[in-house]
Amino acid sequence: MIGKNMLLELVELSKSYKSGSKRVQAVDGISLTVDAGEFLAIKGASGCGKSTLLLMVGGLLSPDSGQVLIEGTDPYALSSDQRARFRSTHLGFVFQQFHLVPYLNVLDNVLIPALATNRSQAKARANELISHFGLEHRLHHTPAELSTGEKQRVALARALFHQPKVLLADEPTGNLDSENSEIVLNALNQFAKDGGCVLMVTHDDQAVKSAQRVLGIKEGRLMPETETEVLIKS
Amino acid sequence: MSLFRLIIQEMQHRKINFLLGLVSVVIAVACLIAALTLLQADEIQTTFILEKKAEEVKEAGNQLEDAMRKITKGLGFNILILPANQDLNEFHLTGIVAGTMPETNVKTLAESKIVTVNHLLPMVAKKITWPEKKCDVILTGTRGEVPILHRALKKPLQQQVPKGSMVLGHQIQQKLGLSKGDEVQLLGKKFKVTQTYPERGTADDSTVWINLEEAQELLGMQNLVNAILALECNCAAEDRVAQIRDEISKILPGTQIIERGPPALARAEARNQAHASAVASLEQEKASRIQMIERHADFAAVLVPLVVLGCGAWIGFLSLENVRRRAAEIGVLRAIGLRSTQVFGIFIIKAFVIGVIGALIGYFLGYGIGIIWGNLPESVNPEEALFSGRWLLLSLIFAPVLASLSSWIPALLAARQDPATILQEG
Repeated sequence: MIGKNMLLELVELSKSYKSGSKRVQAVDGISLTVDAGEFLAIKGASGCGKSTLLLMVGGLLSPDSGQVLIEGTDPYALSSDQRARFRSTHLGFVFQQFHLVPYLNVLDNVLIPALATNRSQAKARANELISHFGLEHRLHHTPAELSTGEKQRVALARALFHQPKVLLADEPTGNLDSENSEIVLNALNQFAKDGGCVLMVTHDDQAVKSAQRVLGIKEGRLMPETETEVLIKS
Repeated sequence: MSLFRLIIQEMQHRKINFLLGLVSVVIAVACLIAALTLLQADEIQTTFILEKKAEEVKEAGNQLEDAMRKITKGLGFNILILPANQDLNEFHLTGIVAGTMPETNVKTLAESKIVTVNHLLPMVAKKITWPEKKCDVILTGTRGEVPILHRALKKPLQQQVPKGSMVLGHQIQQKLGLSKGDEVQLLGKKFKVTQTYPERGTADDSTVWINLEEAQELLGMQNLVNAILALECNCAAEDRVAQIRDEISKILPGTQIIERGPPALARAEARNQAHASAVASLEQEKASRIQMIERHADFAAVLVPLVVLGCGAWIGFLSLENVRRRAAEIGVLRAIGLRSTQVFGIFIIKAFVIGVIGALIGYFLGYGIGIIWGNLPESVNPEEALFSGRWLLLSLIFAPVLASLSSWIPALLAARQDPATILQEG
């Protein structure tokens, strides 16, 4: 059953990799739900499987077993092209490395999602987001001319272009100073308050504190709440 | 924002990659077009040379014909139309025609549709003793050539001897010590020597020529002639004399036809040989030009595909490098929602655009090479002669196809890249 406000549900999600002769269980039977308006942080050490989990939720890495449901739709049940379109309309991505297109200016970088959907009034929407993140004066600058904080704000504007339901953030503050981290975290919080849900993987304490709910992950499994609290405090 | 804008921005950003790709396409197209243009220049040159050669051959032919005319004049007429009553044996023994026929035969022949002979010359000839000089001569009367009416007027081989004039053969002139301008009496009639011939080594050396009418009067042969001289037409078939006899016998029944000796045959053969030799020379030039064009075409047939293959491989390598460098970008575009076909399109459209630009530059570069190295004759405008809209169109099809095909595999690899792997690595 899908809850009234549930946007994201993971059911017994597993994924393993072959590393040399050994098989590594990156994600091991993770189940969780995230409601609309919720900002969930997943904290764990490097290599614990949190990025793999995020890619599976993002429809980019099919699980070995289990199910991902976003607003009741399993993206892996869709064809490759349908899944791409689904991603463009339902999901937003923010990466630690920003992944801006180096030869496009700020406006064009924010407009990239329009390539996938041909959204009407795309330029107006991009300008609105650029203004929202205080980048009007950087409109025609390329990423190389921006500060790291500005780059991440451009990446956020790009992620929010299509007003997705779910925002997936992979170490979004990993490369930022505290001032810029705060701007980004505030933006994620605002997104959740506006009715979306945020799934953020991080090991940044400041980022964790901004989240409404925190889950710990260790060796591909979600940790019990008591262990998570210890993890947060550590 | 459009895919095209993205592609153009990327080309502006990675200028080296774009320029290297463009240079490859330009080289491939320029090589192809230069080869085609130079071959075209070869053909124009060949046509020009052969036309010039043909003109030279024609000119040489005209000169030869003129020379032959002069030779012919020297050798004399080669067909003798003799009266029916002429004993040929006697003629061969004495060289004198005793028989006669009406002078109207000449008119009949001239008004006929005869094709096997031309240059009709009626004559009377008789061996006499020049009483005033006490000397034996062959007195010949001619009235000049009678034009064959259905033919274009030909320049006569032998000019008419005007009334009161006398032309002397070499032996007579020497023997009597006469020279041009002297006045003499012949059979009681006064003549002025108007011309003397150099030695010919024939009976002509002992001949005196006067006007036909005067000769007829002096010899008592009014309205009669001994023979009609003619020149065979070069259009006659293998058995020429038989054909001439056949045709003349239908017009002048009973007359006898004799061919005067091998010089005439040799003359005809020489004329044919000269013509054949000129034609052979023209053919040889043509064959040599064709051989040269074929050699150039063979060379181009090897060089052009090699260059095209090399450029194609280089474009493929550059595309692969471009895909590798843009791995993170591809991952993000896929994550954001671009379909694999769109990613494929980004690389193929880029290759296509490079192909179109390269086609235009390459065409005009190859065309320029053709103009510079085509070595066309001065009378030909190379810009006009070598420009080909068809080849420009061919370039505009060939280059984008080459660039797109070369980038096909890299574009497929880009489209099939796993965004998860890329983003995890990034």
